[in-house]
Amino acid sequence: MSLVINKLSKKYADGEEDTLHKISLTVEKGEFLCIVGASGCGKSTLLNLVAGLEQPTSGEILLDGEKISGPGAERVVMFQEHGLYPWLSVIDNVKFGMKLAGIAPNIQEEKAMHYLEMVHLQDYKDYMPHQISGGMKQRTALARSLTMDAKVLLMDEPFSALDKQTSNRLREELQKIWMETHKTVLFITHSVEEAVYLADRVVALSASTREIAKIIPINLKRPRHVYDTEFTELRHRILDIIKEG
Amino acid sequence: MQLIIFLGILILIWQGAYWLGVEIFQTVKSYAVPSPLDVGKRFVELCNDGTLFQAIGNSLIRGIIGFVIAVIIGIILGLLLNHFKYLQKNLKPLVLGVQTLPSVCWVPFSILWFGLSNQAILFVVIMGSAFSIAISVDNAIKNVLPIYIKVARTMGASKQQIYTHVIFPACIPEWIVGLKQGWSFAWRALMAGEVMTTSIGLGQTLITGRDLADINQVTVVMLVIVIVGIFFDKYIFSIAEKKILRKRGLISENSYR
Ligand SMILES: Nc1ncnc2c1ncn2[C@@H]1O[C@H](COP(=O)(O)OP(=O)(O)OP(=O)(O)O)[C@@H](O)[C@H]1O
Ligand SMILES: [Mg+2]
Repeated sequence: MSLVINKLSKKYADGEEDTLHKISLTVEKGEFLCIVGASGCGKSTLLNLVAGLEQPTSGEILLDGEKISGPGAERVVMFQEHGLYPWLSVIDNVKFGMKLAGIAPNIQEEKAMHYLEMVHLQDYKDYMPHQISGGMKQRTALARSLTMDAKVLLMDEPFSALDKQTSNRLREELQKIWMETHKTVLFITHSVEEAVYLADRVVALSASTREIAKIIPINLKRPRHVYDTEFTELRHRILDIIKEG
Repeated sequence: MQLIIFLGILILIWQGAYWLGVEIFQTVKSYAVPSPLDVGKRFVELCNDGTLFQAIGNSLIRGIIGFVIAVIIGIILGLLLNHFKYLQKNLKPLVLGVQTLPSVCWVPFSILWFGLSNQAILFVVIMGSAFSIAISVDNAIKNVLPIYIKVARTMGASKQQIYTHVIFPACIPEWIVGLKQGWSFAWRALMAGEVMTTSIGLGQTLITGRDLADINQVTVVMLVIVIVGIFFDKYIFSIAEKKILRKRGLISENSYR
């Protein structure tokens, strides 16, 4: 029961060298894995490959032993842009994926409310997306992703378009939700602090070799605090690894 | 209210100019220039004998039938253009080109094919608006934000569901604008068609006015054509457009745009 990435390489048609070079990585069930690296090192590319939005040049990705060939609801993605539909209310946006899957309306309603409560938006369920703040939009998108009961949740810098305060609040909430649900999460961020805060393991990608520079286990107890000495040490260690590139 | 005062002033200026030009200096002949008073009188006459209502009714029915057919053709053509790369590359430029043709250019063809009939007018209306609708259908689909489609795909949407649940709803505001423009083309084409044939309608009433050298009737009909055009634009399309834009937060509650 895991996500296995096996000697995965990706070269874009117009690129000269591999954007990703022979990446091998296993994400265990229930694990929160963060990928960090300099801008342009291929983090989003890796996530898009796992999502099935891009095809690898070589290598393969297996989810529970099955090869990934295209997008699918068992690998739901949360993007930096919330991607809420402006013609649907908050709750209808949350129900969107379940509607696609043809789930019974009463179950849609029940699950949507469950996850809206989890992200503290139950009172805003009938608002339109333009009537809520950026942070609330991302929380709506999170609730929408959670309703899919995906095997793995893919998140590409979901909080990085928000202001620092809001993004800190959201990562706290995400940590709490993860401690309750123990979803398998593949989380991409350029913020090492965010990675150390959330992850069981942090994968640092190298911008020069396009390989994995290092995998760092984070054995800090949750809930974590950014001012702890151990936290700060780990953060600096990872920052150094990324800088060496 | 402001508008009514403005229109009142315009009519006063018109009356003043008429009075100066025709009655005082007699530089212009009265049969060549209408006066507000005479136009008003003719309007009442045309209303009383029912000519005007019959003409408006006939023109509207024709216009709406032609428009509906144009919408159906436009949507199908637009979807085809959007779906097939080959058509997009080869047929789209042609459609764009034909769309620039003023609708009167279709009159000779339509009379040769359909005679001086209702169908001839409908043909001109359809040709005058279907292509512009097709182009706006295609463009709106192209303007759908990629993130909307990406999100749906990663939640397991089928190709068909992407159309029904994402692309179509996302396109609605732009399509309404396209329909509004299509209607204004249809309405103009309708007049071009009606002027050429003899079926009862606003265009034909206009031509009768010219044949009788009745400048006031011509003016009445022109004003009615404008008013009907404005009515559809303002009270049907613009209201629908605003309602949808407001729901999506694309204009704010108290904006007059
Ligand atoms: N669709 C594409 N076609 C061609 N090249 C691409 C495409 N997407 C990404 N690239 C290239 O691949 C490299 C990695 O891009 P990617 O978006 O994966 O980086 P990233 O690590 O997510 O960066 P950031 O932190 O800025 O989001 C970049 O050099 C980029 O130009
Ligand atoms: Mg990225």
